Amino acid sequence: MLEVDIRSKSFRTARGAELPALGEVGFTVAPGEFVCLTGPSGCGKTTTLKLILGLDTDFEGSIRRPSGRLAAVFQEPRLLPWRSVEQNVRLALPEELASADLTPLFELLGIPATERLYPGELSLGMARRVALARAFALEPALLLLDEPFVSLDDATAERLRTLLMSVWNARPTAALMVTHNLREAAELADRIVLLSERPGHVVKVVSIDTPRGARDAATIDRIVSKLRPRG
Amino acid sequence: MSTERLAVARATEALTVILSLAVLYGLWAGMAAILQSRELPAPDAVFAFLWNEAVNGELWLHLGMTLLRVAAAFLIAMAIGSAIGIALGRSRLADRLFDPWLILLLNLPALVVIVLAYIWFGLNEVSAIGAVALTKIPNVAVTIREGTRAIDPTLTEMAKVFRFPPGRLLRHVILPQLQPYFAAATRSGIALIWKIVLVVELLGRSNGVGFQIYTYFQFFDVRAILGYSLAFVAVMLLVEMIVVQPLERQATRWRKRDA
Repeated sequence: MLEVDIRSKSFRTARGAELPALGEVGFTVAPGEFVCLTGPSGCGKTTTLKLILGLDTDFEGSIRRPSGRLAAVFQEPRLLPWRSVEQNVRLALPEELASADLTPLFELLGIPATERLYPGELSLGMARRVALARAFALEPALLLLDEPFVSLDDATAERLRTLLMSVWNARPTAALMVTHNLREAAELADRIVLLSERPGHVVKVVSIDTPRGARDAATIDRIVSKLRPRG
Repeated sequence: MSTERLAVARATEALTVILSLAVLYGLWAGMAAILQSRELPAPDAVFAFLWNEAVNGELWLHLGMTLLRVAAAFLIAMAIGSAIGIALGRSRLADRLFDPWLILLLNLPALVVIVLAYIWFGLNEVSAIGAVALTKIPNVAVTIREGTRAIDPTLTEMAKVFRFPPGRLLRHVILPQLQPYFAAATRSGIALIWKIVLVVELLGRSNGVGFQIYTYFQFFDVRAILGYSLAFVAVMLLVEMIVVQPLERQATRWRKRDA
């Protein structure tokens, strides 16, 4: 179980002024639950994710992470360009999974099984698939995704969302995805946490009861309208 | 078609180099023939001398000693210089504290370092190699410091999230990014070090190419001086071709494959 209880987070500017980034942000993500964190741009979504990832420890409040491994899919794929695609995935694996067979995962995600393929040879969409493979390969207890489908064309983004859901269904884990795309959140999440304008605090939490597979356009419209201000 | 064209281009390039060297050789031989002076011996006299030195074993001893000193000084300078460079690139405080030292060392003539090392630590191999390494360390440190500052923080974050152990982080994330800087430091390092090693040998060793050049300088024997210089230049070119270039190719092979 991920328990986030951030009281406040601020950055210090070069001149020493304090710049509040987050107010009270509290929510949980249970094992096997897919939660989307959304809100206006600049509201502190990515900052929240950084705090959860432990990349920034300078904040008020507490974060309890589930015991087990953590995996992340960043906005940019962040692959090592000087290592092959397979090595990129393997290098992220802990000792006990070092010799894991990656073929099923690569097949599921549609990553070519060529051994000597380097990240520089991939399209952005394919590089994102590799980043997903890297995250899922280590069988994380908590998966964090930071707008993993931005700057892709609609069709590619849609295909990747479908792929994400099929790997996630095969290996469910507590997942938290940051997105500014409300339709995307409505399509994927079990629960949506909506943040306010900067400094972000939780405005609304929307649980979605309709099973993911059964959400048609009308359902998604209805969920999105709940998330809109005064909606 | 394109491979053929490539082969032709390669052949033309090689031919140009050969032609260029032949012209130089011709100029040298011509000047020597006109001047007929002991101070500018003909190329064949120089090569005859080299052959003679090679047969009696002198050449190999001195070349070998110099090469060993170059290798030792180079390895020490790279190891210590890289460690300092990485530390300075990572810590602002360390950089502010030690930057003046670096600037001082960078501007200290190699000759001063060598003379002081011999005076303080005696006329021995440790002083000799240490002095050469010390003259190169600041260059390596400055180059590697730049490289460390250029490290992509997003990849370091990725490695942190995925809990890369320190060895894996260094080998797969940090060092590949520093590689071009290592290559630059290696290139300028070898070129600089072998010249300084000759000075060290001239001042305080009893073997090596530098010592031989000094010995023959006392006899004004230009034939021997040119002979030893050419032999050593040839050795360093071989090192470049056999060691430095293949290493560079190996480390940058991922770069050539663009999407």
